Amino acid sequence: MSASQPVLAVEGLVKHYGIRPGLFGRARAQVRAVDGVSFSIAPGETLGLVGESGCGKSTVGKAVLRLVEPTAGRVTLEGEDITALNRAGMIARRRRMQVIFQDPYSSLNPRMTAGDIVQEPLINFGIGSAGEQRERVAALFARVGLRPDQRSNYPHEFSGGQRQRLGIARALALGPSIIIGDEPVSALDVSVQAQVINLMMDLQDEFGLSYLFVAHDLGVVEHISHRVAVMYLGKIVEIAPRAALFEEPRHPYTEALLSAVPVSHPRQRRKRVTLKGDVPSPVNPPPGCRFHTRCPIAVPLCREVEPPLLADPSGHATACHLRSQASPA
Amino acid sequence: MTEQPILALEGLRTEFATGQGAPVVAVNDLSLTLKRGETLCIVGESGCGKSLTALSILRLLPRPYGRIGGGRVLLEGRDLAQATDAEMRQIRGRAISMIFQEPMTSLNPVLTIGRQIAETVMVHEGLDWTACMGRALEMLRQVRIPEPERRLHEYPHQLSGGMRQRVMIAMALACRPRVLLADEPTTALDVTIQAQILDLVRDLQAETGAAVILITHDLGVVAEMADRVLVMYAGHKVEEGSVEEIFDAPAHPYTQGLMQAMPHLGSGEHRSRLNEIAGVVPALNARPPGCSFAPRCGLATDRCRQEMPPLTGLGGTHMAACWAAGGSQA
Amino acid sequence: MSATTLPAVAAPRSRPGLLRRFRRYPLPSIGAILLLALVVSALAAPWIAPHDPFEMNVVDRLVPPGADYTFGTDAYGRDIFSRTLHGGRVSLFIGVSVAIASTAIGLLIGVVAGYFRMADAILMRVMDGLMAIPGILLAIALMSLTRASIWVVIVAITIPEVPRVVRLVRAVVLTVREQVYIEAATAIGTRFPRLMWRHILPNTVAPLIVQATYIAASAVLVESYLSFLGVGTPPEVPSWGNIIAEGRLYVQIAFWNILFPSIFLALMVLSINVLGDGLRDMLDPRLARRL
Repeated sequence: MSASQPVLAVEGLVKHYGIRPGLFGRARAQVRAVDGVSFSIAPGETLGLVGESGCGKSTVGKAVLRLVEPTAGRVTLEGEDITALNRAGMIARRRRMQVIFQDPYSSLNPRMTAGDIVQEPLINFGIGSAGEQRERVAALFARVGLRPDQRSNYPHEFSGGQRQRLGIARALALGPSIIIGDEPVSALDVSVQAQVINLMMDLQDEFGLSYLFVAHDLGVVEHISHRVAVMYLGKIVEIAPRAALFEEPRHPYTEALLSAVPVSHPRQRRKRVTLKGDVPSPVNPPPGCRFHTRCPIAVPLCREVEPPLLADPSGHATACHLRSQASPA
Repeated sequence: MTEQPILALEGLRTEFATGQGAPVVAVNDLSLTLKRGETLCIVGESGCGKSLTALSILRLLPRPYGRIGGGRVLLEGRDLAQATDAEMRQIRGRAISMIFQEPMTSLNPVLTIGRQIAETVMVHEGLDWTACMGRALEMLRQVRIPEPERRLHEYPHQLSGGMRQRVMIAMALACRPRVLLADEPTTALDVTIQAQILDLVRDLQAETGAAVILITHDLGVVAEMADRVLVMYAGHKVEEGSVEEIFDAPAHPYTQGLMQAMPHLGSGEHRSRLNEIAGVVPALNARPPGCSFAPRCGLATDRCRQEMPPLTGLGGTHMAACWAAGGSQA
Repeated sequence: MSATTLPAVAAPRSRPGLLRRFRRYPLPSIGAILLLALVVSALAAPWIAPHDPFEMNVVDRLVPPGADYTFGTDAYGRDIFSRTLHGGRVSLFIGVSVAIASTAIGLLIGVVAGYFRMADAILMRVMDGLMAIPGILLAIALMSLTRASIWVVIVAITIPEVPRVVRLVRAVVLTVREQVYIEAATAIGTRFPRLMWRHILPNTVAPLIVQATYIAASAVLVESYLSFLGVGTPPEVPSWGNIIAEGRLYVQIAFWNILFPSIFLALMVLSINVLGDGLRDMLDPRLARRL
């Protein structure tokens, strides 16, 4: 990537949830939702984070935002370690890092008007006078494609796509340098999804935003991302520039994931690499390579030794004993 | 084309009573035919009426508001719209089965899955309990659930999402139905599990010869599965044809828009603007007088805004309801 | 779209008018009107009551209902109608006081219990303990410690009601704090006081209003029990419970002594409950059942 400082750098991020049997009981088991994830995002770059449900991709987004407290690891925002900040310090840094949620229904307070929702971040940080705040809200409405007269409407009076525009306007209000999108278009219909993707790309070009784009739809991720990371059971198994990942996937899980995506034309119907069985439980992940239980090419080594994520000079990193094309740096 | 269809809809109209005034029409003048062993995909976005079409066929519309307001639902020539409730109970699960998007809510959480499948068999075929449990085991095996003997005695919450959907399919197919209605069966599932389920449906269809109506919003699933495709918009059928006809030459601007709006894997159009369809689907009680799609259509003329376009043949089995499609007939 | 959702229909922009609400919810509306009539008659008692409720008239003892005394008189020749109207003031005061006091205290404790996990375990065990105390026993105990007064009655009824409110508020807070919009508010830097005030507390309003009506109805009823048992409102105060308690001695020869105050009591409790049920349906807070 470019020599400039990354907007966001994540090192060894871990999030374990304890399953408590009772009120005062000690945690009996740990759900290893995220188990050592590292990546960085350059200014103006979109990193797509894909994987199946339960792989921990949404938890990564929330832990980066400290909406859930990371168990271990370091999150650096514009050169500053934010993992150690106290509550007040963290609130101050939220101006630089914002979020768009998946569900445009539950992520907007149903009792607040659209205008109040977008104005709230400005109130929180005391940005401008009341009049200036209203002007800024009007400008944001216009920018995301909402009519100014809709400011007094409540969320239920908007369609799903319009609500997601509201969520985007709220995220933009503070002028962040990076936005975490937690499945921001997954709940939308295809035609509306296209509107929101276009809007997000336009805003990125206009404001030089970086995105961490968490999604399960590989078509969408391929379209919007510059680089893509694939997660499986709490770990990144492959991370690479978009073209490399989609055209020459190296990790067998990435291959299977790509081949499972439905074709775009009936004449392309093909035999796919169908994975056997389900994803193992993150409470008790398999030893060695976490994918070996479903991997079509697993060898005995995979059951014992966990493969490290190794990058080749082009920045294509793979965590696979058989497919990594790099030696440890 | 001489073979009698297993299922045919003729001018189906599904209505919902509202507090005041005329009922809103959720499905309007919908006709379709389904032949043995065929897969028909009904495509459309939320609120287009595709799920209600399936519920109308099974007469499972939410009471007391929903009802079939006109048209016929012909199962091998017999009109289900006129059947009694008792007759419908015999048909559901036996002649026509349905699987839903969220298998967790469709399975009873306090009964073992074996028992749930066996009871379906018992109700319809009147076999003794041992035979019914035997059939349940056989069905679990058929939908390729590992360790079926153990799973038979487990409860729905002990299964993963993909496994539950397999159980739903096992239950739906337990009485060898001639028609399977699948309403977004893989939408809640991950792609790798979706691929497994789609493969399974295809294989079982080949084995049993059941006809499938697959309701989905995902054109990728359509491309994978469909023999024929029916595109719905705002309660109307706007286009119908074989899967090749639809994908090679989509005729209705809505179908074209849907195809261009979806980012395709490997399309090589990285970060280009996606084709958006401006605006949103109109609410049921606020539909424009002419073509429902006219307010969002780039090609709309005054005629489109005033007059509803009829379905017009475009050669082969392909037809579309658009003044602009098929040009010369208009 | 799930299989059972109804088709989307454009929502009407304006809020429905009063008349339409009445047509849509006839029973609660009748309850509200009846309650209003009872409240007005109680508040206006000093002006509309034909007699002084305390005035004894030795000549007119146990007079049946008639032209002079609409509801008849009691064993001291006091006008039952006037006493019943004045009794409404006592019941109303106690009902409203208990509703406000238990709601306010319960809201505070409930928010703390719902938001701070450490406090939750302790507070809820205390609440369970309070809930196990029957109001009547508590009232008897308090009475034996202090002099009988309306305030003691209010305290005695409020204490067992508080845990119900706490449970309700805690349940709402626990549900709401998991909502994505709370996470969203945190992400845009919302501080705790505003988070509570703008995002969490508004969700408790509707269920609390409904709960408050049930509490008021229950308080009116419990006040009557307590007074009837002689451990409630001081006997010289004409509360419905006291009137019925005094009248029970003569029920075989002068049934009107207990009939009319009982009817008023029943009507008030019924109208508050019907109104509460109606509010619950109108506001649809799923949590607002009697906890």
